[in-house]
Amino acid sequence: MSCQPIDQYATQIPREKRAAVYQGTKATHEKRTKLLFDQFADPNRLRRLAGEIKQHTIENLDTYLPQVEAKLKANGVNVHWAGNAESACKAVLDIMQARGATKIVKAKTMVSEEIELAPFLEKHGMEALETDLGEFIVQIDHDHPSHIVRPIIHKSRAEIARSFEREGLGAYNDDPETITRRARQFLRHKYLSADVGMTGGNFVSAESGRIAVVTNEGNSRFCLAATKCHIAVIGIEKIVPRDRDLAVFLNLLARSATAQELTTYTEFIRGPKSPEQPDGPEEMHVIFVDNGRSEVLASECREILRCIRCGACLNVCPIYRQVSGHAYRSVYPGPVGAVLSPLLMGEKFPQKADLPKASSLCGACNEVCPVNIPIPDLLLRLRNRAKEENVPSVGTPPMGGWSILASQPAAWRAALVGGKIMDFLPLRHIPVPPLSKWEAKRDLPPWRGGQFRKWMKQRQRPGA
Amino acid sequence: MSDDRESILSRVRGALAPLHERAPLPDYDSELAVMRKLIAGRDLAELFAERIKRVNGLAVTNAADLVAYLRKGGWLHGYCDPVLWPKLQPAFGPDFTVETTFDRKRVDDYAFGITRAAGAIAESGTIVLNDALTSSRLGALAPWVHVAVIERALIHPDLPTAVAALGTDPNVIWVTGPSRTADVEGILIEGVHGPGQQVALVV
Repeated sequence: MSCQPIDQYATQIPREKRAAVYQGTKATHEKRTKLLFDQFADPNRLRRLAGEIKQHTIENLDTYLPQVEAKLKANGVNVHWAGNAESACKAVLDIMQARGATKIVKAKTMVSEEIELAPFLEKHGMEALETDLGEFIVQIDHDHPSHIVRPIIHKSRAEIARSFEREGLGAYNDDPETITRRARQFLRHKYLSADVGMTGGNFVSAESGRIAVVTNEGNSRFCLAATKCHIAVIGIEKIVPRDRDLAVFLNLLARSATAQELTTYTEFIRGPKSPEQPDGPEEMHVIFVDNGRSEVLASECREILRCIRCGACLNVCPIYRQVSGHAYRSVYPGPVGAVLSPLLMGEKFPQKADLPKASSLCGACNEVCPVNIPIPDLLLRLRNRAKEENVPSVGTPPMGGWSILASQPAAWRAALVGGKIMDFLPLRHIPVPPLSKWEAKRDLPPWRGGQFRKWMKQRQRPGA
Repeated sequence: MSDDRESILSRVRGALAPLHERAPLPDYDSELAVMRKLIAGRDLAELFAERIKRVNGLAVTNAADLVAYLRKGGWLHGYCDPVLWPKLQPAFGPDFTVETTFDRKRVDDYAFGITRAAGAIAESGTIVLNDALTSSRLGALAPWVHVAVIERALIHPDLPTAVAALGTDPNVIWVTGPSRTADVEGILIEGVHGPGQQVALVV
């Protein structure tokens, strides 16, 4: 039996790396739950409310997009639109060329990863430097992030120390503090010599045109403290209707992402500096990027556009914990990626149609999602779409026999009793290749067929 | 790009046209987004001091304590907002050298930076800075120690109140503790790009 692409990745992950991802995600998830439930009177109501606000926004984007554009322009911001990745990259390049700029320092933005901006700019002779520590390490290693919030969750300190040594950032030293200090020293001089600072936008208020950008490291602030031009690349789904909604989302974002009450730096950018301001970029551009989002909006899975990129669903997902981020072959890994990535592929949907199948449908992702996205439902809808579009299903055994068995009550009852025999069969040695291959990587738990029916019967007995 | 604008808006309209009903904009009580039990009956400056400590920051209430703290850390050279310096200078001894212009060419020379804050948020221990009052963005960011001078009356109780007070400044920034990362194996390191020590002088 051949494996699905995600399984192939999973089989190649070293045990230590898998353990590191498991521990890292689990710890964050547990702290998050404690924070949220200890501090708010009704955290689930807050989550549902955030979901309702975002659902309203995406279902009224035709009103909010022109509204936010008008507000931004009134605030002195240049607004650009990019239908796809190429158009977005070109917009950045055009702005840089118009200013005679050659160096850009970037804060972490998922959308710039998505449109592969840095390689594009480098190809056109620009120096595009990632300033988030994790993203910087990803960049010097020519690697890809494997987590939305913690891009190098898959890397050990020894690997990082070797990369720093190779790049001339000091002799080998794998002490995390030394690594961080060396990056601080190197990057702060890059900020000061850059022409343009780039950020994303976590939220944009349609009411005021105010953009909220959050970082823990303060690199976004540094990008905008030392450069004269600010470019923000923002997905069209990032709008919230009112300023007051920002408090709802900011309370949920940091808790869900890193189990902090609030991200260290939360920046509210309303425009370029005004004449009486001492500092800050004199020119500001916002590029609204579609790149498949309007197709997602047209699909049955539009709820995924509520996502605020906190990574909570990754941290809790039993599949993500096993396979890590690269197995999703996309900028967006984990449960959110399993929905969003195939959708963003447009006509190339079949290339990522295996991702929605990589789920236990346990519902944990929905339970933690700060905007209450029904991810398991969306995964089922995408599985259905793959079926309807006749996307070949690699590695999935034929289920016809199972279907007959499960729809005949008598046969099903007999199978539940007879299944006990599985405990005694040397499955690994039965010469049926798909079975032995499957068993080589997994252990079947002891057979418990019929236990539930027995329990149910006892419950139904009078007096039980 | 104007072509892109029209085609994006047209695609969005097309995507939404089949919806018979659209999700309504919910109204809600802002109290939902306020941490319970924290604020009731508390002095905001006291609560702020308590909460900033939880994010590895520090609040002091007089210039003498600030100077003692800087001296103890060996942070003797720094930048100070020119408006604040005349008031703070008497508390600083001759062992300090303080500049009131931030020279970006010597960004590594400043051990501390003292700037005015636009306020604070008590429940999260957050300092609020804006461009109208912050004399130098780099002065508040590049030195190892950042000291924000906050007027007691400008402390907001919670996030919704602070959002309502954002005003029209081009850039407002909430700072909740020192610059930090846990990118390397999940180990928390402070002072990644910005300050490793975040201090509030509440006056």
